[in-house]
Amino acid sequence: MSAASSRPIATGRSAAGMPTGRLAVWWIIASEIVIFGGLLGSYIMHRLAHDAFAEQAAHTNTWIGAFNTFVLLTSSLSAVLAHKAADHGDGKKAARFLYYTMGGGLVFLVVKAFEWTTEIQAGYTLASNTFWSFYYTAAGIHAAHVLAGVIIMGFVAHTAKRQLEMQRVELIGLYWHFVDVVWIFLFPLLYIAK
Amino acid sequence: MADHAAHDHAHEAHGEHTHHPDYVKIWGVLLVLLVISVAGPFLEIQVITLITAFGIAIVKAYLVVKNFMHINVAAKLVTYLVLTMLLFMLLFFAGTAPDVMESHGSNWEKPDWIAGTAHPPAAGHEESH
Amino acid sequence: MVVKHADHAHEHGDHHAEQGWVSKYLFSTDHKIICFQYMFTGMALAIVAGFFSYVFRMQMAFPGVPVPGWGLVTPADYNMLVTNHGAIMIFWVAMPVLIAAFGNYLIPLMIGADDMVFPKINRLSYQIFLLSVVVLFISFFVDGGGFAGAWTMYPPLMAKAEYSLTGTGSSVFLLAIALEFVAFLLGGINFVTTAMNARAPGMKLYDIPIVVWMIVIASILFMASVGPLIAGAVMMLFDQQLGTAFFDPNRGGDPILWQHLFWFFGHPEVYVVLLPAIGITAEIITVFSRKKLFAYKTVLNTAIGTGILSFTVWAHHQFIAGIDPRMANIFTITTLIISIPIAEMMFVYIATLYGGSITLNTPMLWALGFIGTFLIGGVTGIFLGASGADIYLHDTYFVLAHFHYTFFPIAIIGTYAGLTYWFPKMFGKEMNDTLGKIHFWGTFIAFNCIFIPLFFTGMLGDHRRIFDYTNFPELTTPMLENLRAFATISLVVMLGFQLVFFYNFVTSLLWGKKADVNPWRANTLEWTTASPPPHGNWAELPTVYRGPYEYSVPGRKDDFWPQDAKS
Repeated sequence: MSAASSRPIATGRSAAGMPTGRLAVWWIIASEIVIFGGLLGSYIMHRLAHDAFAEQAAHTNTWIGAFNTFVLLTSSLSAVLAHKAADHGDGKKAARFLYYTMGGGLVFLVVKAFEWTTEIQAGYTLASNTFWSFYYTAAGIHAAHVLAGVIIMGFVAHTAKRQLEMQRVELIGLYWHFVDVVWIFLFPLLYIAK
Repeated sequence: MADHAAHDHAHEAHGEHTHHPDYVKIWGVLLVLLVISVAGPFLEIQVITLITAFGIAIVKAYLVVKNFMHINVAAKLVTYLVLTMLLFMLLFFAGTAPDVMESHGSNWEKPDWIAGTAHPPAAGHEESH
Repeated sequence: MVVKHADHAHEHGDHHAEQGWVSKYLFSTDHKIICFQYMFTGMALAIVAGFFSYVFRMQMAFPGVPVPGWGLVTPADYNMLVTNHGAIMIFWVAMPVLIAAFGNYLIPLMIGADDMVFPKINRLSYQIFLLSVVVLFISFFVDGGGFAGAWTMYPPLMAKAEYSLTGTGSSVFLLAIALEFVAFLLGGINFVTTAMNARAPGMKLYDIPIVVWMIVIASILFMASVGPLIAGAVMMLFDQQLGTAFFDPNRGGDPILWQHLFWFFGHPEVYVVLLPAIGITAEIITVFSRKKLFAYKTVLNTAIGTGILSFTVWAHHQFIAGIDPRMANIFTITTLIISIPIAEMMFVYIATLYGGSITLNTPMLWALGFIGTFLIGGVTGIFLGASGADIYLHDTYFVLAHFHYTFFPIAIIGTYAGLTYWFPKMFGKEMNDTLGKIHFWGTFIAFNCIFIPLFFTGMLGDHRRIFDYTNFPELTTPMLENLRAFATISLVVMLGFQLVFFYNFVTSLLWGKKADVNPWRANTLEWTTASPPPHGNWAELPTVYRGPYEYSVPGRKDDFWPQDAKS
């Protein structure tokens, strides 16, 4: 409670009709869209212009990519179920679902670590050629966002468990869904279109 | 506590969330779409691969954004914001692609483009699938 | 409601009575203190970048002569000075002062809020910004020295250490810029969310002062445009350090891709810094002509339109880089179109002044100076926007004079306008108006004496980024040498006049006359609270009843009508 009273009155206002936190997260998502958009746009330009890219893309492991897509989609489910629980005032349940989501994120990262290790040992490194440069850079920036999401989610869950700051469950969920959407596009771009 | 009045405001917005759709059902649909998008390339018809890969990606993204992120419940502003950012990305692509995708001009060429191959991985490695 | 707010303020007071000097000033979450942190950091860096310009201009005017305060300027020195002058002025002076400082100070006060909606993130954004300054300084001292490949960081010069000769410096420089971007993304979220959500009751969208709108639109522009460059910066860093070839044409990359990624941000960036300066000017000219802003909605819509259009013009920086000529045609058209909304804003300002009761004090002089000099900058941009003319003018001093006729009004004139106008509110003292006028005229006249000659030297063939023109016999004519020397001497004079400002600033701060709550008799909300405002800004947050520009309303006793006055 003391946290809330040291917050400015300004934070509680919502002249735009939306709670401040939600508004802020959507602005963050908007700025992230152009970051990934710039990177993926550059990738697509190269990809469309060179069949050599498609040939390299054949060496990515579609099954691992699909499994990771499944993991992220499921973690999005648990994230939104956490939001539903928080909406109904159940902080403990919300925290539990957030922990599942974090678990999904960690599984994603571990699988990716194995995937990359295999690919690097096979000789496909960051500097092998431009396709692989884009592959590691795009998936790497995405993975960094997954990691950051897991960490922040941990803090939110910890607080929500004690029935505090429950509105943050929805907010970290929004961010998580966005990271999921980015992967939804990364998957066909990097794994499928052969 | 002093922001109780403002919290009422927030509550109204939250009240809309009592209409939580069946999230598990949507997740099921997403998984089915995932399966289709993985299966598509096996038919080896390029157009179908493109549709199953990217068309389905767009559908999946729409389902997540609409149902999980509740974009239609948040103010219209948010939808316009997201669409505007996507539009800017199209603009960026349109302005940059003519140069980056061009392999030669009247006085220059990109040698590696024309050759069509970037450096292949070191010889003697097997792909492990 | 009244009781609750007083309780709240009381709580606030109790909390903060215990703060020591360190937590109150160094780790403050109060938007006003964070403003000062950004402002003084930006001003300190302006001194650094100004010093750099003195050194390299002395080298150009008197080649080979050791420069007092530096010594002999080597070609490597010169490139480093030019590069960092540009980068520092844009990223570490214009942006922190115009957006972060003025935005932080004005937005909560002008919308009737007690602080930003995320004060801790506000503090974090300054800390990241300060870190970016430290990293930038580190770049000067690493092996090989500071990056010297121009603020535009084009590959392959930026990407390959064997070309730039500053392998470490290039990466450290890039890191500093990346940190600065993160700081401004965080800050921007705060500004936009606060302005959208935390407005006083009764303040509708069209009651928001123009400067707040401008800073918000600028923040949105920044957030929407910086993304591709962040992606590009990661790609560049990998090219530098990890052997990738994103921008290496020998290995499947494309250096033009970097140019597009950079300028897609680079062009909206200039509007990011322009809009706050235009906003500051609007506030000042209405107050000191005692007139309503001529067409509030037009100015607003024009600003939004300019913002959107600014995303469609970027490749005019690349007309002769080898881009597709058909794209050059398109970008010429869009570039010429974008001059229209800005011109319209200038006309609205002139119409606002027309028939007004003008007070020519220091802030007003700066605001008028902005309009006059920015017009010259904008008009000369039209020559450059036409791709045909640009074939000749690109990379000449014509370009440089053009962008100094835009950047200088924005970053320097706009800043002085805002500082002299809001000084009484910020520091509770009045500045000396006579010294202010001396400072204005000295700066203004000297500025024009620097850059008008450079238009001519540019048209006569002076290339940019040339360390010593004696290598080019056709550019070593007496006329050109005299023009360059005249510009340089004017620069020294102009830098000298800044001492007048610093003297005025410090003496006013320490011994100036105490300022009233509303010395300029202005309408906006910041003038309804004490000078300087207390923590929490008001004991009781205001309610708004009208727009910000109700000056000289017929039938009223006073020629101004504060936004929160009930009648």
